[in-house]
Amino acid sequence: MNIVVCVKYVPDATADRHFEDDNTVDRVGVDGLLSELDEYAVEQALQIKEKGDGSDEVTVVTVGPEKATDAIRKALQMGADKGVHVVDDAIAGSDALATSLVLAEAIKKLDHDLVICGMASTDSSMSVVPAMLAERLGLPQVTFGSEIEVDGTSVKIRRDGDNATETIEASAPLVLSVTDQSGEARYPSFKGIMAAKKKPLETWSLSDLGVDAGQVGLSAAWSQVVDTEARPPRTAGEIVTDEDGSGATALAEFLASKKFI
Amino acid sequence: MSEILVLVDHVDGVVRKTTNELLTIARRLGEPSAVFIGADVSAAAEVLKQYGAEKIYVVDDTDIKDYLVAPKAEVLAQLVEKTSPAAVLITSSVEGKEIAGRLAVKAESGLITDAVDVQEGPVTTQSVFAGNYTVQAKVTKGTPIITVKPNAATPEAVDGAAAQENVEVTVSDAAKAAKITASEPRKSSGRPELTEAAIVVSGGRGTGGNFEPVEQFADSLGAAVGASRAAVDSGWYPHSFQIGQTGKTVSPQLYIAAGISGAIQHRAGMQTSKTIIAINKDEEAPLFELVDFGVVGDLHTVLPAATEAVNKRKG
Repeated sequence: MNIVVCVKYVPDATADRHFEDDNTVDRVGVDGLLSELDEYAVEQALQIKEKGDGSDEVTVVTVGPEKATDAIRKALQMGADKGVHVVDDAIAGSDALATSLVLAEAIKKLDHDLVICGMASTDSSMSVVPAMLAERLGLPQVTFGSEIEVDGTSVKIRRDGDNATETIEASAPLVLSVTDQSGEARYPSFKGIMAAKKKPLETWSLSDLGVDAGQVGLSAAWSQVVDTEARPPRTAGEIVTDEDGSGATALAEFLASKKFI
Repeated sequence: MSEILVLVDHVDGVVRKTTNELLTIARRLGEPSAVFIGADVSAAAEVLKQYGAEKIYVVDDTDIKDYLVAPKAEVLAQLVEKTSPAAVLITSSVEGKEIAGRLAVKAESGLITDAVDVQEGPVTTQSVFAGNYTVQAKVTKGTPIITVKPNAATPEAVDGAAAQENVEVTVSDAAKAAKITASEPRKSSGRPELTEAAIVVSGGRGTGGNFEPVEQFADSLGAAVGASRAAVDSGWYPHSFQIGQTGKTVSPQLYIAAGISGAIQHRAGMQTSKTIIAINKDEEAPLFELVDFGVVGDLHTVLPAATEAVNKRKG
């Protein structure tokens, strides 16, 4: 099977994430990395490959600025076979709709039986790109899998929905997204890190995909951020140290003073 | 006035509170029209009328409920085509966001997810980067499709005309490709729904796997119980109660964290709570930096004593 994993290069959540003057996310001035939630997608792809007959191939695709190569590199170090980086200045500021358009066109150029995504990005956390990809590619959507079973071309997942836990089944080709409950992602081994250096990594531009630059980017976005404001930092309130039950008494008094009891 | 479509979130006809919130928001923007997908609208119709639905589009098609997401997006796309609404409002749930995503592609319309407020325009407010930023946005193309988080509005009872209209839809074969072959409804814990609760008490690594003190303290306050990812990953509490980036986001009046250090991923799920309290043995726990009140101490002794004190005060 040909497995395509979609990954995103995101600003590190522990760094000072912020917006640019045009209200887009600063994706260059802040240290970035492979979105933690996409590591689970890479992991599932590798597990499927390892259980297969050896003919499976895992291709990692990202859409993002130059530095987004780091995200692909990490996935290659984990064990993916090859990478595709779609990079084009015109893409900056794209919304989820344009991003899904570019990703879908890139996926169409690749052989794909399974398209695997993470459950959400750690920056915008919209969780909509897998559904949009399924819509654009006309493929079954099998999303939010916390347990994944692949048997030949049939895929079965456990989906922990809002109101129920469901079993979803479909046949490949399809779009699968996996949650952080699907299984711990592996760390790259030293051997993996060395091997990744020799793995093929292609760079595609919008013209390679036949996507018009006017369809993507900030000016073509179908929604607009009109204002961003840093939330005033919370300041620490009163901290007491518990001694022989004094903590509980103080806690109850605080709750009463705020009329919670 | 233009119609605002509200997708009704319901479990077997029982309307969830989030839908009433959406109807209240819809009234600010235009005339609320509820879209009910499912069998037997009668019980839901009462509630939808009570919260101001002027119309109820009823879509009862057996081809919808057995398949994931795609058929519902097709239904909404057909309704958008038919009614040309001024906006579509959907609950920000796992399913709701995916329906919205597919609908946006179909209807060639802009999408905003996870709004915590929606005002005339419509202009939305979102809380991003773990609650460190507030963002205002608007849709600039097509029909604004907006998913709204729980608690974004206080439901207001306004009597609506609630005129019912049965809608015939066509569901494509392509939309019936991912089949729901089993479904187990979530068991009720008997406590308030986590995302809707006014008070949440949650436990983390510091519980050592014993959630009894957390649950008992929650019950004394009539609160919902949550858990950190560390506690969930250790198998101490079910994933459906996880608070944080990959779990639920809560924004209650009062959030009490017991034995939770407060990693950025956890803060992402609770930072916008009104009042925050932490109990932790480690005085260096990062969560203490943003609390209104903190107790440095062992939750296994502090919580039972606090439970007793609360119960005593309640008399």
